Formats: sequence, structure tokens, C-alpha cells
Amino acid sequence: MDDNELMATPRLATKAMLKHDSVRDVELLLLPERVVLLNKSGAAILGLCDGSRTVREVVDQLEAEFDATDLAGDVMTFLRDASGRGWVVVS
Amino acid sequence: MGGGLVTAAPQPFGLLAELTHQCPLHCVYCSNPLQLSDRGDELSTGDWLRVIGEAAGLGVVQVHFSGGEPLVRADLETLVAECHRLGLYTNLITSGLGLTARRADALVSAGLNSAQLSIQGEAAGSTDLVAASKRFDKKEDAARVIRESGLPLNMNVVLHRLNLSRLDAIIDVCVAWGAERVELANAQYYGWALRNRDALMPTADQLDEAVEVYRRRKAELGQQVELLWILPDYYEPYPKPCMGGWARTALTVAPDGVVYPCPVAAEITTMEFASVRDHDLAWIWAESPAFEAFRGTDWMPDPCRSCPRKETDFGGCRCQAFALTGDAGRTDPVCVHSPDHHLVTDALARANQRDDVVQPALVYRRPTATVRGL
Repeated sequence: MDDNELMATPRLATKAMLKHDSVRDVELLLLPERVVLLNKSGAAILGLCDGSRTVREVVDQLEAEFDATDLAGDVMTFLRDASGRGWVVVS
Repeated sequence: MGGGLVTAAPQPFGLLAELTHQCPLHCVYCSNPLQLSDRGDELSTGDWLRVIGEAAGLGVVQVHFSGGEPLVRADLETLVAECHRLGLYTNLITSGLGLTARRADALVSAGLNSAQLSIQGEAAGSTDLVAASKRFDKKEDAARVIRESGLPLNMNVVLHRLNLSRLDAIIDVCVAWGAERVELANAQYYGWALRNRDALMPTADQLDEAVEVYRRRKAELGQQVELLWILPDYYEPYPKPCMGGWARTALTVAPDGVVYPCPVAAEITTMEFASVRDHDLAWIWAESPAFEAFRGTDWMPDPCRSCPRKETDFGGCRCQAFALTGDAGRTDPVCVHSPDHHLVTDALARANQRDDVVQPALVYRRPTATVRGL
């Protein structure tokens, strides 16, 4: 696992907005001309990407919340994909 | 749908709020109906606040403020703020004319999430030719204002015979102005664009070259700018799955409060569409005859009825079927299997046979000719 990636600070892109859709009871990512239906883990990860936490801290928090271990790989894979799609900006 | 089961109406994700038909541009491909709403017929602020609340209750999560030019409405900030309060994503679709830094800041403060700026081409002459406006400079100002307000800049350009060969330069302008996303929207032939179809229809060679440019620039730009290519449907073998199916994912409320399943459905003059002045949005969406008319696949005639693509393209566009055949229930003539397909191939034949020595005259959208002249 690359330590640099774990130290990076991801935040949701300005154009993106997370929403709990109470009509359908689902988690959504809203973009200018697009609506993305998120699964539970995707929504949980993106919900923590507010620019205040490192990836390491996001992983720690999720592991505590879901009572799980070894989430780092999954979180980093998701964030690489999300960053490639322009949903998340990593600095 | 069908099979005797009572199926609940789908829930819409998007509301296109056409606040006004007033517009500083006079585009030769204007997608607003031939008969425009007068300013005096426009919904009030209170009406729109109710519509937005009802839309949220229906499942709408995105509101696109459009027109005409939505900046003409002084209550735009109030409406954006109400969307923000309800947790709805908001997008401003603008010509850029009238977007001052002060206005942009007020909209951002109200909670605006995104803005889409249109251009007609890469230089001032294009806006003059297509939209009969001299204010290309205002568009460059608007792009800067949008970026400086912190909003992501999305841009849209309608492509056609008169600007397709300039695609490289058009993309250059969008990149130079700082666009994050650019919609390269080949003209769709409804209303005003249908009236100007012969002047706007590109040749097959023009399109082939433009597709090459699009592919090259998309590869070069990578993640820097998202380029989207909206297909020129006359040149496609199958119709577009318009709106993802009739009354399935989105709805449009026109300036006068009439509700449509699609922004150009007002042209289907054989159908009656209800207004939010007479009914609540939930009834219009779920139960009004116009919204039910082409939901699902039971309404389909052949060749759609027995076609394996019927859940892919939903029979194509009802508005195009009506515009070209006079019957909104027929297969979209774009489809190679449509008995009316010659209506499309004839138009393409004309586009590819004629030389450009004599240009068909462009008919500009003018309020005087359309609001009053009926």
C-alpha cells in the first residue's frame, strides 16, 4: 500500500453533491447532468471526503463504524475510480 | 408495464424549470415551441415555489433552470434558495447575457450548484449568424464570472452545417474559457430547427470529419475537460431513447405552467397537457392522460411492438414522430425499420446533394413574429 496515497486528503468535487433520497430511500451522488446511485459503502466513503481527513483517517473511521478491518485496499480502489471520474479531488 | 398489473408510475429525477420564454438570443434552432408564452402568462414566484416543493415530493433531485433566459427572472435566487433548502441540486442553463459577478455571487449564495453556458461557435460572427446577437463578448465575460464565483463551468454548443467544420476552434474556446465539461450537441430538428432544417443539416463528410476531431480532442484532453458528443440522430440507424422513455425520468414545466414529459412536447398539438395552475404535479405526473399515453410499451405499433430494441429506445422520440408524420404514436422515422424512414433519408439526400453556393435562408426566432403574430 502506498503511504503517499494514504496521506492524501480527498474532498468531494465542487460540482458534486451527496444526497439521501428519502423518496426512494437510497443514497445519490448528484452531478451537473447525472445522477449516480451509490451503494452503502460508496456513500459512506464519499460522505467522509470533506477535505478534513486523510485517506488513512477515512479508512480508520469506516473500520470503526462498520466494525471491520483491512478496508484500506477497497477504499483506495474506490477513491482512485471516483477521482478518475471527477467526483473527488485529491490533494 | 402492462400485463394487467397496476404498476406505480416511475419517479422522476429531474425537473426542467423553464422560467420564461424571454431571451436575448434568436437562435435558428431554438427548442422552445413555435408559440411562445407571453411574459404576462408566466407563473408567479409563489407558483414556482409550490411546483418545486411538489417536485421534491415526487422524487425530483435535480432542478435545471432554463428558458428562454432564466436570468431575466428577478426571482431566480429565491427559487434556487428554495431548492437548496429542500436538498435539490440546481443547475443554471444560460446564454450568459446578463450574468454579472454580482448576480453570480447571489446565485451561489442561494445555493446554486452548477452552470451551463451556451456558445454558438468560436467567434463573434457565429453568435451573430445563428442567434442574431452581437454579444459574444458577454459570453466570454460570463464564463469568467462563473469560474470566479466558484461554480463548475459547463458549456454547450449546438452543432450544425454552419459550424461543424469549426469544431476544433470551438473546443479551443471552451478549453481557453475554463470549461470542465463541454456538450457538443448536434442539432435536433424540432420547432425552429425543423423550419431551418435544410440550412442546418450537415453533410455526411462534414460529420465524419467532426467525429474525427471529437475523438482526437477527447483523447488529448483526457480528464482535463469532459467532452460529450450528442449524436446527430438523422444519421443514426436507430432512434435516440428520448428522455429515457416517455414520462419516465424527468418532466418539464413551461413558463405558463403547462407540464410536459419532454422540453419539446408542446409541439404535439394533438395532445392536451395539463397545467400546474389546475392540477398538482403528482396527478399530472402519475395520472394525466398525456403522461400515461406513451408510458411503457403497450402503446407501440409495429415495427416497435415486435422489436427486440423496444426497451432500449422506447420507439424513439414521440415529438419527432409527430413533427414528421403528424402522428405522435408512430415509430420515430429515424429508425431504419420505420415505414416513414424516407422522410429522414430524403432530408439527408437534400443535404448531401446540394452545394453551398446558394444557402437556404435562415429564419430567426423573433418574439414579434411568434408571440403576437399568430
